[in-house]
Amino acid sequence: MGDWMTVTDPGLSSESKYISQYTSETKMSPSSLYSQQVLCSSIPLSKNVHSFFSAFCTEENIEQSISYLDQELTTFGFPSLYEESKGKETKRELNIVAVLNCMNELLVLQRKNLLAQENVETQNLKLGSDMDHLQNCYAKLKEQLETSRREMIGLQERDRQLQCKNRNLHQLLKNEKDEVQKLQNIIASRATQYNHDMKRKEREYNKLKERLHQLVMNKKDKKIAMEVLNYVGRADGKRGSWRTGKTEASFFLRNEDEMYKILLNDYEYRQKQILMENAELKKVLQQMKKEMISLLSPQKQKPRERADDSTGTVISDIEEDAGELSRESMWDLSCETVREQLTNSIRKQWRILKSHVEKLDNQVSKVHVEGFNDEDVISRQDHEQETEKLELEIQQCKEMIKTQQQLLQQQLATACDDDTTSLLRDCYLLEEKERLKEEWSLFKEQKKNFEKERRSFTEAAIRLGLERKAFEEERASWLKQQFLNMTTFDHQNSENVKLLSAFSGSSDRDNPTVHSRPRQKKPHVPSVY
Amino acid sequence: MNFSEVFKLSSLLCKFSPDGKYLASCVQYRLVVRDANTLQICQLYTCLDQIQHVEWSADSLFILCALYKRGLVQVWSLEQPEWHCKIDEGSAGLVASCWSPDGRHILNTTEFHLRITVWSLCTKSVSYIKYPKACQQGITFTRDGRYLALAERRDCKDYVSILVCSDWQLLRHFDTDTQDLAGIEWAPNGCVLAAWDSCLEYKILLYSLDGRLLSTFCAYEWSLGIKSVAWSPSSQFLAVGSYDGKVRILNHVTWKMITEFGHPATINNPKIVVYKEAEKSPPLVLGRLAFPPPRAAAGPLSSTESKYEVASVPVSLQTLKPAPDRANPRIGIGAMAFSPDSCFLATRSDSVPTAVWIWDIQKLRLLAALEQLSAVRCFQWDPRQARLAICTGGSKVYLWSPAGCVSVQVPGEDFKCLYYKTESKGSGPRRSCEAAFRCGQAPASESRPC
Repeated sequence: MGDWMTVTDPGLSSESKYISQYTSETKMSPSSLYSQQVLCSSIPLSKNVHSFFSAFCTEENIEQSISYLDQELTTFGFPSLYEESKGKETKRELNIVAVLNCMNELLVLQRKNLLAQENVETQNLKLGSDMDHLQNCYAKLKEQLETSRREMIGLQERDRQLQCKNRNLHQLLKNEKDEVQKLQNIIASRATQYNHDMKRKEREYNKLKERLHQLVMNKKDKKIAMEVLNYVGRADGKRGSWRTGKTEASFFLRNEDEMYKILLNDYEYRQKQILMENAELKKVLQQMKKEMISLLSPQKQKPRERADDSTGTVISDIEEDAGELSRESMWDLSCETVREQLTNSIRKQWRILKSHVEKLDNQVSKVHVEGFNDEDVISRQDHEQETEKLELEIQQCKEMIKTQQQLLQQQLATACDDDTTSLLRDCYLLEEKERLKEEWSLFKEQKKNFEKERRSFTEAAIRLGLERKAFEEERASWLKQQFLNMTTFDHQNSENVKLLSAFSGSSDRDNPTVHSRPRQKKPHVPSVY
Repeated sequence: MNFSEVFKLSSLLCKFSPDGKYLASCVQYRLVVRDANTLQICQLYTCLDQIQHVEWSADSLFILCALYKRGLVQVWSLEQPEWHCKIDEGSAGLVASCWSPDGRHILNTTEFHLRITVWSLCTKSVSYIKYPKACQQGITFTRDGRYLALAERRDCKDYVSILVCSDWQLLRHFDTDTQDLAGIEWAPNGCVLAAWDSCLEYKILLYSLDGRLLSTFCAYEWSLGIKSVAWSPSSQFLAVGSYDGKVRILNHVTWKMITEFGHPATINNPKIVVYKEAEKSPPLVLGRLAFPPPRAAAGPLSSTESKYEVASVPVSLQTLKPAPDRANPRIGIGAMAFSPDSCFLATRSDSVPTAVWIWDIQKLRLLAALEQLSAVRCFQWDPRQARLAICTGGSKVYLWSPAGCVSVQVPGEDFKCLYYKTESKGSGPRRSCEAAFRCGQAPASESRPC
């Protein structure tokens, strides 16, 4: 095949131009040259091809060409073109059949090769485009990588800068703190210095004052005096008392006493206030506790599947607290344990209530999420819808009422003569009157019935009273008889029987027993009730 | 609200008698006693020099007039006008003078606070108290008048002496753990004494009547400390106002802070009612205006009407920036007052001088804020009800109550409200009376019964 390629006919240049146009897109890639060459070598069309073909075999070199072809074909594995030669010297004859077969074979081969070539070319194209695509991707990714690397470097740089700033700020903060500390120390030292100076100045000042005081006192000036027309009585009307040693002490003690009394009164008053406040607060707490317990106790009827610890503790707590409630008088004491008990129980109840409310919240949210309607739990949406509906209804009713009122007003306001007005008025009330009449009659009937019943009841009560009295009398006498019987039985036996029979029938069955066993058994009182 | 006639006054000296029947006022060296209802002059006394201080005795029978320049105290009697008493401190000088609660002793503080002399009007005795401390509030009597607490300083240490007023015996004498005691005040129930340090250190100490230290409270260190202290009338709360612009409330059970009230320049909470005083400006008259403008035009505030408007939150109040390098800066809580039922506390922050803040003590939060056009000079609660009266130096008196706010124009020309004093009367129909003072070219005072 290499020979074919090297044979470049000038006539083929135009061919190659066509081909190059055909494969213009693949001009740049090295594979395109190859394909170009292949195509160039494979298309057997146009008249130039004939010249190409006639160049090999002419009329002069038929034998040479045949032998050459034969050689080539045999090397390619084709059968020889010559007939079977009988001898070596004789000229070999061309086997037409073999030639034709060879030609056919060659054609078939050519076709196969063409197909294969096409396939290869298409594959080549595909691979070429894939490769291009991959190269593009690669280029893009490389770009991306580059940019991301640059970004990363930028971020790292920024991070570094921020860290730097952070460190600077920390440093500044530390410096500021140090400065603050320093200033505080300075202030403290200055304060002590000022205090010291102040004290010194004050001492000097005090000395001056003392000196001045001495001078003032020493001067004994008559001017420092009080001039008064006459002395006024004391505000409380009492006379001043002499001041001796004893009275001084008593004054002192009295003053102390009074002072302590005042203080004690104040403390007592305050303590009373605080106790009252305490009692009130305790009452409030207890009430709260009771209410919380009552709130939580209906939860006992809740489905027992949720019998986790909380409900268990609720029940036990309720039982516990019920017992505690009975000891309420203990709460009035304000000892430590009682106080702690109260606060602990309140806290417990509160926790239970809180967990319960949380559970309810969860339930509500679950209903939202899962969308099933538990009978006990109404989802918020439904609730809202209901409220909206109700509001609408209320609005409508209000409007209706308003219109009715208006109509009524109109009716009443319209001028009409007296008859019609009175008639109208009566009309409005007619229905009411009718209804009233009915109810009245009903009421009267009921009253009558009640009277009857009452009468019968009273009669029955009277009868009952009488009967009871009779019964009591009989019982009393019977008992008396029995008592007597116990002592003197033989005499009374017959009388007993008579007495017993006076009772109601239920006791009759006892008679034979009493009768039959007069001595062995004690007479038992028959129950008559 | 009725206003009476204007009468003359000097140096803002005008006091109602404790029983509410009389009103004493001074004009230069004359003491004028008027009937409180009719303002008719009952008595007229003449002192030897200009009067600097007037005080009624607790039983309304005597009035003392202190003449600091001359070092004299003159006492006048209402029952016997011819009775007179003159106390001369002579070379010792006089700095302050006050009555004792029983109305029969006068305590004179001599110059340089050398001593306090207790002069008795019933006996010839004189007592001396040495080393009294020269501070903001060194003497305080209990409300029932039984005890006197006195701040002293010896050897650079502060002490407090408690004296029994009936016989001037020393009951207790103890030292306080303060650097420089600035003031002491009894609780209204007379059982607890609050003593606080100067503004260089935030410290307030609470002592029981028998001298035991009950508790100490210190909110912070180093910055300027306590500026003002106020007890609630029920003795349940002690409000401590400090230079950091906050009021801290201590409770009487544990003496610990229960809350602190800040005074920010911006109010954001919509639940707070903010009353802003707004001027109803007079209509502008177009046309020729005289030039130079006549004197009467100067001082527009006195002639314009003003009303209160409820401002909607957020409201920002005018703040004053204090000079940082001067002593006694204008920051912090300068004035505080509890209402008589202890339900409200009115405060003024000196960095927002035009605003009065009213706090609800039951709920422990800010109830209302009033912003005036000019700086608030003083405010005082009505002694019987929860009504606050505010003076800003303008010609109006402002009243606040939980129901609302009103500004009242005080009639009179060129009138400026400077000081407000409320007295409670004894018994009878018309109770609280207010007096507004004015100072200007012609000093005058006005009394308003309401």
